[in-house]
Amino acid sequence: MADASLPGAGGGAVGAAPVTPGPVKGPGGGPRRSIMGTPPWLAALFLLPALVLLGALVAYPIVYTIHRSLYDAGGSGFVGLKNFGTVFSDHGILTAVRNNAIWVVVAPTVATALGLVFAVLTERVRWGTAFKLVVFMPMAISMLAAGIIFRLVYDQDPSRGVANAVVVAVHDTFTSNAAYPGARPRPNSDLAPTAGGSYTSKSTASVGTSANLPLVGIPQNKLPAGAQQAKPAAPKPDAVTGTVWLDFRPGGTGKPGVIDPGEKALSGVKVQAVKNGKVVASAKSGKDGTYTLPSSAAGAQLRLPASNFAEKYNGINWLGPSLVTPSIIASYVWMWAGFAMVLIAAGLAGVPRELLEQARVDGANEWQVFRRITVPLLAPVLVVVMVTLMINVLKIFDLVYIIAPGQTQSNANVLALQLYLSSFGGGNDQGVGSAIGVILLLLVLPVMIVNIRRLRREGRR
Amino acid sequence: MSADATTGGAVTATGPAAAADTSRRGPGLAARLAARTGGGVLRVVLLLVALFWLLPTVGLLLSSLRSPTDITASGWWKVFTTPSQLTFSNYHTLLSNSAITDSLWNTVLITVPATLLVVVVGSLAGYAFAWMDFPGRDWWFMAVVALLVVPVQVALVPVAKLFGELGIFGDIIGVVLFHTAFGLPFAIFLLRNFFAEIPRELLEAARLDGAGELRLFVRVVMPLGGPAIASLGIFQFLWVWNDMLVALIFTNSDSQPITVALQQQVRQFGNNIDILAPGAFVSMVIPLAVFFAFQRQFVSGVMAGAVK
Repeated sequence: MADASLPGAGGGAVGAAPVTPGPVKGPGGGPRRSIMGTPPWLAALFLLPALVLLGALVAYPIVYTIHRSLYDAGGSGFVGLKNFGTVFSDHGILTAVRNNAIWVVVAPTVATALGLVFAVLTERVRWGTAFKLVVFMPMAISMLAAGIIFRLVYDQDPSRGVANAVVVAVHDTFTSNAAYPGARPRPNSDLAPTAGGSYTSKSTASVGTSANLPLVGIPQNKLPAGAQQAKPAAPKPDAVTGTVWLDFRPGGTGKPGVIDPGEKALSGVKVQAVKNGKVVASAKSGKDGTYTLPSSAAGAQLRLPASNFAEKYNGINWLGPSLVTPSIIASYVWMWAGFAMVLIAAGLAGVPRELLEQARVDGANEWQVFRRITVPLLAPVLVVVMVTLMINVLKIFDLVYIIAPGQTQSNANVLALQLYLSSFGGGNDQGVGSAIGVILLLLVLPVMIVNIRRLRREGRR
Repeated sequence: MSADATTGGAVTATGPAAAADTSRRGPGLAARLAARTGGGVLRVVLLLVALFWLLPTVGLLLSSLRSPTDITASGWWKVFTTPSQLTFSNYHTLLSNSAITDSLWNTVLITVPATLLVVVVGSLAGYAFAWMDFPGRDWWFMAVVALLVVPVQVALVPVAKLFGELGIFGDIIGVVLFHTAFGLPFAIFLLRNFFAEIPRELLEAARLDGAGELRLFVRVVMPLGGPAIASLGIFQFLWVWNDMLVALIFTNSDSQPITVALQQQVRQFGNNIDILAPGAFVSMVIPLAVFFAFQRQFVSGVMAGAVK
């Protein structure tokens, strides 16, 4: 019911035209008298279907729910406010209360902030309308469909879920360590297992000779694509050199500890020189498996740290216990940022251009114009958007119900979901369910009062 | 430019910023250049954001066009390198699954009546509030406005009981009535405000021509209310089509809409994406078509519905 307060509502939206023309004359105001002295019974006839439906399915249920919330699970024993006590003491329901608080604060704020930024930025590009359509589109689809969409996005397996595919790709770009999970030296070779999953040589390295580090334990087809033939490292007088390679040839004809033709290099393996437990130098094997350590490594033991053998990074557990709520909130923002954007853009269309131009001529930069003129002028619209989103978020159900997997549903719980679970989903306590309903109603009460007040104000005008 | 109270306040707000920069006379060459290149960056950023926003939906669409084996083996982006993976077989399977097609039909059977009923009942009441005299009119209207923000959750338990007593629990009629009732406060609010703006002379002229109240309503008020009715209709249509919660409670396996049918599949998420992905997409086609065809009306409805 915000249209009247939106400056120029409809002007800049996705080509929107305002429906309600201008501020509405309220009840009892000027022209809105009956034009024909309608008999009250005729008015009653026009109103009857609406009043019956509203009375039976909206008004009466409110009264019943308030009444029901004071009775026990069976509905026969009066328990006073005990059900409300349960809501605020039961561990599972408290999670819902806390999550709802997070939702109500975070989701509207982020969606409104993004909407504001998009609305301001799209004004400056010619295809702003197309952009708005794209961002606004998710509002037209069901939360169920959006939920399925984001279950796919958040799939834990990086080869299927696009979110983790991106995260893993970025991670692997910045951590250049190649990981060969399962690789290990041959038993009884010079390399022996040491603390934390690393392997350390028994002998010490010296300059001028090559210290080879053969590993086994991974099938050749698990090597990264394009693994090269291993090469013996050329001895250098002022450096410790050597080769890290997969000491295994398909067919089993290779000699242990010898770089045979057909045996592949292990590139990107970190090699550390350790003296008295301290790392004095480190290097990485190249494409042909060779590494070069400075002469300071002479006399040190060579260690292959555990990071070389770490399991492959598998991305983020988006729908795990700790991230499930933020992840679902992100999907909500995806759906509703467009709503904020369109309303704010409509408000923006009503901001006088001259004012912005004047400020620019006076030397204000874009940020100052935005911060000190645009945002204050848009404040009423921003409030309307925030409040609308808050009411909407308060009742959030479908997204949580669909996106949260069974194991973490309790971590993602919200009031509307708990209401459903308590009343219909096996919780078998419509007393608690009704109490949650009453709480939701109490939370929207301030908005209800503001709406009525605005109506009365408009009526007096 | 008429300086009203709001703009006046903003001018004061710019005072300090402007005062700090009195030495500068307009943006210099450097600033202009920065603005120019900034524009290029802006375009790239917005393009990336748009792609980012499209990505999840594209992922769903492409997933729905791959065989179950391909879906389990790799991500949907693999179709860009192996387009031969694309197939309509999931859709064939889905649309020959009678449980799915029945539920799709149920969605239509719920949505169309719930939309029409809200329009008709809401128009009648909106007209009465706008142009009829009866005792306590303003109080009744205020009561309707108060109901604008009532969450559906409040009514679920009582209405389930009521429907049980009436013997319509599980019937489509129950869902239709529930959606109609919860659509009415907004419908009445929107239409009453719109009808109230109809010029009095028009109605009086029709009256002089001998039109009765009902005829006036059908022949004059409803047609003039077209834009508002269209907004309301589209808003309600999308609302009901996309609903899952209400149908989850008030329908059974024979009357459930597509959202509820798919919701049951989500429990085994992982091994049935070949049903879920095309199913979700099929359920989205109508709302998206409506959205693109009637964006104007939809946006108007959304704006009028803010703080609902």
